[in-house]
Parts: sequence; structure tokens; C-alpha cells
Amino acid sequence: MDYVIVGAGPAGVIAAETLRRSDPAGAITLIGDEPEPPYSRMAIPYLLAEGIGEEGTHLRHGGDHYEKLKIEVRQGRVASLSPGDKSLALDGGETLSYDKLLIATGAHAVRPPIPGMDLPGVENCWTLEDARRIAAGARPGSRVVLMGAGFIGCIVLQALAARGVDLTVVEMESRMLARMMDDAGAEMIERWCKSKGVEVLTSAKVTGVEATNGGLRLIIDDAGMIDADLVVCATGVAPNLGFLEGSGVDTDLGVLVNEYLETGVAGVFAAGDVAQGPDFSTGKQAVHAIQPTASEHGRIAARNMAGHETRYRGSLSMNVLNTLGLISSSFGLWAGADGGERAVAADPERFRYLRLEFEDDVLVGALCLGLTQHVGVIRGLVQTRVRLGPWKDRLLNDPLQVMSAYLERTQGVA
Amino acid sequence: MQKSLLITADLCTSCMQCEMACSFEHEGVFNPAKSRIKVFEFEHGKRAIPYTCTQCAEAWCLHACPVEALSRNPQTGAVEVDDDVCVGCKVCTIACPFGTVNYNQDTGKVIKCDLCGGDPQCAAVCPTDAIVYVDANWTGYERMKQWAVKSDARPSA
Ligand SMILES: Cc1cc2nc3c(=O)[nH]c(=O)nc-3n(C[C@H](O)[C@H](O)[C@H](O)COP(=O)(O)OP(=O)(O)OC[C@H]3O[C@@H](n4cnc5c(N)ncnc54)[C@H](O)[C@@H]3O)c2cc1C
Repeated sequence: MDYVIVGAGPAGVIAAETLRRSDPAGAITLIGDEPEPPYSRMAIPYLLAEGIGEEGTHLRHGGDHYEKLKIEVRQGRVASLSPGDKSLALDGGETLSYDKLLIATGAHAVRPPIPGMDLPGVENCWTLEDARRIAAGARPGSRVVLMGAGFIGCIVLQALAARGVDLTVVEMESRMLARMMDDAGAEMIERWCKSKGVEVLTSAKVTGVEATNGGLRLIIDDAGMIDADLVVCATGVAPNLGFLEGSGVDTDLGVLVNEYLETGVAGVFAAGDVAQGPDFSTGKQAVHAIQPTASEHGRIAARNMAGHETRYRGSLSMNVLNTLGLISSSFGLWAGADGGERAVAADPERFRYLRLEFEDDVLVGALCLGLTQHVGVIRGLVQTRVRLGPWKDRLLNDPLQVMSAYLERTQGVA
Repeated sequence: MQKSLLITADLCTSCMQCEMACSFEHEGVFNPAKSRIKVFEFEHGKRAIPYTCTQCAEAWCLHACPVEALSRNPQTGAVEVDDDVCVGCKVCTIACPFGTVNYNQDTGKVIKCDLCGGDPQCAAVCPTDAIVYVDANWTGYERMKQWAVKSDARPSA
């Protein structure tokens, strides 16, 4: 059996390793277009904060890891796919045939269509190459503007602050973390950032970037302007689908896959940031561009590729974030379910917040701020759909009892 | 023969010796807040349950780690954190559905039960045998693990 995996990020690497375990004799080729050994994008902030070197971002550390597993790692860019004859073409013309194919091409950073976004000194923060350029430009005291305060933007915020730059964050939405936090939580995070000396502008739209003498100038809503040495753009990403044009593989926001992570084209699977697969919470198909989903997708797609039919119950949207020492997390349907109920405990002065969302007596989503101990049980409660019984009312009164509820309802201590 | 922690909540008197011993073993201080095992009390202390990682087979933490900082110790079966590799991203703390991997803000790394390398101090000091270290195929341990299986986000293969 010839397995080909396109994309050597976490989804692709974990799929390759799982294939090796599931099919000791199969031929496995892992094709990635980045020059470095397979690495984790999400380790980049820690590289920028100088907690690790570049090797610290690598997914696997043993030098001969892939050789030992007989996984052929190739550098190259896949240009097109022809499922009709089960082959793909690389840039440069070479073709490769496969029996089973995994699309794990991830996503790329997208910049808003604003004049000047292509100027030198405007960088994304998505690849190791981006990180090197940011590291060169973000020195202690450098004036850095971060565009976008979504989840990725806020992680990058932390890394830039750690470099000692003079930081301004510009966010178009009315709050930071528009897709991970509600108004109350985002207000606390914004106030926290400001108290730590980071300038945060919300409802602020950059309308243009200009080159000045030795620097850049951002025009904000035609009103104000900010001078900067470096602009880091974290305004969103989009799945890498280009090479699928004309292939017959169905795409929407990402590559559409079923609960076996297979596309409509037999033998072609997709995993990770590029895949639009089952969402645990809604039952619909969604792109969940997070590490745990890439890892689960990679494993389950590989099991199915190797012929071990394995159904996926869907990915759970979840994030954890450290913003200048304030830790927040979000799980599932944190904005609430139709007809559901909500419990909130807020202590804005101490930057503590917990919001739980219920559907019937089942926890379906949560937001946490300032809580780091045992937060995983929220995933446990959401993903097992454990009935909370009498604990639901107790939690409506005091959501901070969530650990007790978990222990009683799951560990049978009642 | 691999061994596991078997916890019998009914025997726990919430004396907190386990938390103290764990904190001392790993952090060199007697500080329950730094313990990897935690005693939770119910009904104002009338009942208590010591709670820590079961070193589950699924190892959600290990699979979610972006940099291979978590690995299973082949001798003890414990999933251990390599502090030199952990970047402190905390993804494992939300991926673990048991909530037994925690972030330590002082070190910027995560901490979890590592069975003290095969001589778990919580079990060593527990005066009532609420925590014992036994052969992994003990039936009580199997019962404890059942929930781990139910918690499955994993394939219903
Ligand atoms: C700065 C930053 C911080 C993050 N922090 C977190 C976090 O805290 N928590 C979290 O859960 N997630 C985080 N993420 C997101 C996480 O990194 C991604 O979800 C994860 O990398 C997805 O893995 P993947 O394998 O699907 O895609 P990728 O990691 O993007 O890997 C895909 C690979 O395929 C390659 N490729 C694309 N097209 C082709 C082609 N045609 N031919 C060959 N190769 C191709 C790409 O170049 C890339 O190397 C972060 C991301 C970034 C950038």
C-alpha cells in the first residue's frame, strides 16, 4: 500500500506515525514544502520569547526519527491532484502515485486588502521564516504594532511583549478575542494588558500603511496614525486548498470530510487546519484550526486509511491562552446553546471569571479567566456529555464548584 | 509487572499527608498547592477523594503536545513531562479530560503525576491505605479506569 501525506505539520506527522503502527509494511511518503524539519507552528511564540531555540519547535527530536519508522520525508510542493489516476504532481513536474492520500496542508496567513500591507517591515507570524524576520526586527524598545487581537494575535502579543518591545495592538472588532471570549472576559483581558503597559486599540481599523524615513506609519480610520519599526499582522488564516482546484475534492471553508475524515473522493482524506470535519458540539462540519484537532484528525484519518474503520465523534473547539500572565481558556459552545442556561461567576477586580453553559443538565461550553487548576475537567464534562443531575442547580448557584461536580458525577464518589 | 496507584476514597481521612509528600518530593517544599495529587472534600470534610492522573492509555496530554515534551516512561508506565522541552503552552492542560495536568505559573511549565519514578510518595505516606501502589491488573484499578474509557472523544472503533 502506498500512502502519501501532503503537508508535514502536526497532522501530517502524527498521521504518518499512526500509519506506521497500523500498517507495518506500507510505504509512507510525507511531503512538506517548508525547508525545516517538521515543526509545530504553535511553538513559534516561545521561540520569539527566547524560551527555546529553533530545534525546540521541532515536532520530533530524535535525528533519525522518521528514518527509523521508514517514513520518507520529502521536500516539495504539491501543485495538483488527479484522483482519476490516483496521482499528484509536484512543482517542477514530477508525479507521484498513491493508493491512499491525506491532505494535511494546513493554512496560510491572510492579510487584509489595505494599501501598504506588502511593504518591507510588515510580517505575518505563521512560519519559522516569519519568526526569524520578526526576531530581527523586534528588539528591546522597537516600536511594534500588532494588527489583530484574535487568539493567534494574543499569543503573539505575549511573545512580542517578552522581547521588550514598545507594543501597540490594533483590533478592528469591538473587543479582543472576538471568537474566544465574551465581552466581560475580553474587557478584563484588555484592562490587564493596559495595566501591563501594552497599548490596546479596539474598534480601530488600519486603513493604510506607508513607508517613512526608516520606518512605517499606520493610518488608523483616517483619524490617527502610529509610527512603527515593525508591523506584525495576525488578521486571520485560510486553509491551503489551491492545489485541489479541478480535482473534484469538495471544499467549502476547508476540505469537507465525513466522520471517517474521508473526502467525497474515495481514498482521499483530510486532517488538521485544512479540514472541515465534524464538530462535536454542533454536529455540523467546521474548521477547528487548533493543535488538539490536528493531532486527533491525524490519528483517526490514518487509522481509516490503513483500513481500520474508526469513527470520529468530532472536534471540540478549545483554546488556552496566556496574556501577560493572565490565563484564559474557552471550550465548546461558550456563547451558549439555544434554550440553554448559563452560570457566571465574575470578579473583575481580581481578573477572575468563569462562565458555564448548559443544555438541559449537560455542560456544553465554558470560559475561564484566571483559573489554571484542573481546567481539563471542563473538556471531560463537555465531551462525555455527563448528566449533571442535582449538580446543575448547584453549579447555577456557584459555578466554581465545577471540580466537585465533575468528581461526583464521574468518579462515583457520591 | 507494571504498578498503578489505587485510590479508595472511602478510606481517605483528608489528612493531606499525600499532598505534602508530593509537594516535598517534587518541589522540595511542603506546599499542598504544588502537589500533583489533590484531596477534594465534600460535605464540609465528611467525605474526601484523593485525585490524580491514572496514566491513562489514551494519554490525551501526550498526543496534544506540540513539541514531544510528554513521554511514557517504559519502566513505570507514567507519562512524564520533560521540563527542558516543555514550552509551557498549556494545550495538554485543556486536552486532558481528567484535569490532571496543571500549569505551574512559577516555572512556566506543566506538572503532572509521574509516580515518583516508581516509588510514589503519596502512597508511601498514606496512613490509611486510601492510596496504595499495586499491580496494574488489580480489579479495583480496572474499575477506576472505566470512566477513562467512557470519556472517549476518541474513535468508537
Ligand atoms: C503563532 C502560532 C501560535 C499558535 N498557538 C496555538 C495554540 O496555542 N494552541 C493551538 O491549539 N493551536 C495553536 N496554533 C495553531 C496550530 O499551530 C495549528 O492548528 C497546527 O499547526 C495545525 O497543524 P496542521 O498539520 O494541520 O497544519 P500546519 O502546521 O500548517 O502544517 C501544514 C504543512 O503543510 C505544508 N503545505 C501546505 N501546502 C502544501 C503543498 N501544496 N505541498 C506541500 N506542503 C504543503 C505547509 O507549508 C505546512 O508545513 C498556533 C499557530 C501559530 C502560527
